[in-house]
Amino acid sequence: MKRILRSTEFYVFLVVVAISIIIQARSGQFFTANNLVDIANAMVVPGLFAIGAYMVLVSGGIDVSFPALASLAVYAATRFLVDIGYEGSILLPFAIVIVLGALLGAFNGLFTTFLVIPTLIITLGTANVFSGIMQGALNSVQISTLPPSMNAFGRANLFVATNPTSGLTSSMPVSFLILVAVAVIIFFVMKFTMFGRGIYAIGGDEASAIRAGFKVKAIKFWLYVVVGVIAALAGLIRTTSMGQMHPTNLLGMEIMVIAAVVLGGVAITGGTGSLTGVMLGTLLIVIVQNSMILVGVPTYWQRFALGTLIIVGTGVSAVQLMRRRTRQRLVSA
Amino acid sequence: MVETVISVRDLSKSFAGVKALDGVNLEIRAGEIHCLAGENGSGKSTLIKVISGVYQPDEGTIELNGTRHDKLTPIEAIRGGVQVIYQDFSIFPNLSVMENLALNHELSQGRKLVNWRRFRTIAKEAIAKINFHVDLDARVGDLSVADKQLVAISRALLHDTKLIIMDEPTTALTNREVEALFRVILDLKSRGIAILFVSHKLGEVFEISERFTIIRNGKLVVTSLPEELDHKKFAHYMTGREVDDVRFEQPETVGEPVLEVEGLGLEGALEDITFTLHAGEVLGITGLLGSGRTELALTLFGLFPTDSGKIRVKGRAVRLGGIRDAIANGIAYVPEDRLTEGLMLERSIADNIVVAELDEFTSPLGMMDSTRRQSEVDRWVADLKIATANAENPVNTLSGGNQQRVVLAKWLATNPDILILNGPTVGVDIGSKSDIHLILQDLARGGMGIIVISDDIPELLQTCRRILILDEGRVTAEVDPDTTTEQELSDLITGAITAGVGV
Repeated sequence: MKRILRSTEFYVFLVVVAISIIIQARSGQFFTANNLVDIANAMVVPGLFAIGAYMVLVSGGIDVSFPALASLAVYAATRFLVDIGYEGSILLPFAIVIVLGALLGAFNGLFTTFLVIPTLIITLGTANVFSGIMQGALNSVQISTLPPSMNAFGRANLFVATNPTSGLTSSMPVSFLILVAVAVIIFFVMKFTMFGRGIYAIGGDEASAIRAGFKVKAIKFWLYVVVGVIAALAGLIRTTSMGQMHPTNLLGMEIMVIAAVVLGGVAITGGTGSLTGVMLGTLLIVIVQNSMILVGVPTYWQRFALGTLIIVGTGVSAVQLMRRRTRQRLVSA
Repeated sequence: MVETVISVRDLSKSFAGVKALDGVNLEIRAGEIHCLAGENGSGKSTLIKVISGVYQPDEGTIELNGTRHDKLTPIEAIRGGVQVIYQDFSIFPNLSVMENLALNHELSQGRKLVNWRRFRTIAKEAIAKINFHVDLDARVGDLSVADKQLVAISRALLHDTKLIIMDEPTTALTNREVEALFRVILDLKSRGIAILFVSHKLGEVFEISERFTIIRNGKLVVTSLPEELDHKKFAHYMTGREVDDVRFEQPETVGEPVLEVEGLGLEGALEDITFTLHAGEVLGITGLLGSGRTELALTLFGLFPTDSGKIRVKGRAVRLGGIRDAIANGIAYVPEDRLTEGLMLERSIADNIVVAELDEFTSPLGMMDSTRRQSEVDRWVADLKIATANAENPVNTLSGGNQQRVVLAKWLATNPDILILNGPTVGVDIGSKSDIHLILQDLARGGMGIIVISDDIPELLQTCRRILILDEGRVTAEVDPDTTTEQELSDLITGAITAGVGV
């Protein structure tokens, strides 16, 4: 119980509850079926990105290339499929995007494994390389007509929720299941495999990890491959749900995603954080982005609120870290 | 016939043509506590790394459990029961005690999945081996240094361990923790596990070892029994020269007061501190960790604003609102942890020396006068005998003793009237230590007022004219080193006896 009270996750959860209640009290519209479905829908893409960002942060790195990676993988796949006039099932687009995501992730992985350069610098570089290839070599333009199966996947839903008072409807996309599946798999990987514990160990102390017998280079490399695949999936989902491929739509999302992950209690210095916290942090940001409109807060104030949230949220974890350090000093004295 | 765990014969190892080890012989018997002593750079670490398989020797043989190896790999060493406890303990501060204990074991078993129940069983088994009581779910980063070390020791015991190598295990421990560690070591010994205890402290060699080996410049100097050793011989073996450990002649009379502290208070740390420092004297300040000794030094250096009390420098009342005020009033401070607080390790020796007096060499336009800078650097490198081929080399290429000289040079270059040193010889080898003591005596004779904060009792008695003892932020005693023995001073510090408080 004490442990729960001390965890960041618990406080993020409290903030989520508090904000929900405030919005409900002011608008009466928060706890309506269609709004909740809207939020779940809006969680899918940032949620997937956040899972990838969380894994990299835990390993002690930071990845800012995932939106560019996703855009390039999905743009290349869509371009190819549209050009050959593909009319088959959704499985091929998924397969292509997963392979491309893995390859581009491996590119990040090779650099971070063999160069002693901060991952921020490396991924800033690869982010530019990725978007450069997309915009230059592939000469990217908006693709407004997707292959039929991709369009259909974007419209496919699990159920439709209707707001009894306003009559507005929202549908729960099938892609939400992908978020759930990825979250469950990554939860298992991070908690119950030596690969996952190795990621934590490297984030804690890389030299100790090497001495303990972790294959640090292999772990880092495969980590970036996995993260590349997750990012590419998120990109494909965004494209299908928009019904068109907009090459620059995702770019710039990295800051918001990393903020969500840090808000959820993942230490920017590596080694700590949980998937629960990551999901709560993302939920918090999505609620603020999506639902403040319900209480009539103008868009630019949303940005202000988000910024404040990030400063306060990361500030709180910084204070916790300082407290811990002080305690440590007292203990060792 | 006692079984031999490991024996090395005629071991040599060179790095880039420099012989780090030169024909070293060493034999460790089962259940023996063997001390390995030597100055920084003597080849201690190289020897450990050869024994644990990290380095391959150029010449010589290693016999582990009766099997001869020309080359030993880390895995062969571990399988042979050799475990090294590094100075940083090789732990994961972000993970729980349980995980820290179990991870290495599970990795060595080649497991791919985590079974938390098995982790807990392994962890319980590990801490039970040394009767170590700790919350298995606590984060290792939150533990004290001593507990972290116990985590590392119990982890090492999970394997079928025959020899544990401890690399300077007492460096960051308090006296009480050192005693607890020694009890653990004796317990391990009683179970037939040999300990190779690396140290450069004489007291430890006496207290714990059954046999000791001293190496110098990569060569074996002596392997012998501690009974045959005294302080003078030890210093001679370590440094190869005669090191005087007699008390420095203290001046009969001292100069004017340079620093007067009256009723100084700092919330939660210091209370009613009053003392006077005269020109030409070395004043010792000691106390346990947490007694306020470091806080006092930092307050005098302007880092903490005082709650109450007065500070007078050369008779003039001053307010020390920051480091700049302290420097302007002629106060210099050499910190306890030179690596993080005192030096820019990646920058050159020269840059480090001049950094505190940069303003002096800068023209009004902000240009640096490089000729004056160079002459200043040359002067200090010569005066303090900093052993370097080129003052433009980074500071981290120097040994501990020489790094400490660079920190000293940096502050002496500001021409201070008052020099405060916190742990001036921590981690410094015997030779450099005695050089630093000589430098301090010279400076005092030149009229500087010096405060030495230390918990090294022989150092305090040797170098100081008076010693103040702090306890819980108060001055509890002042002693005269001429009439105080090491035992008495130690008892006063730990509060085992109390003296009449006379300040």
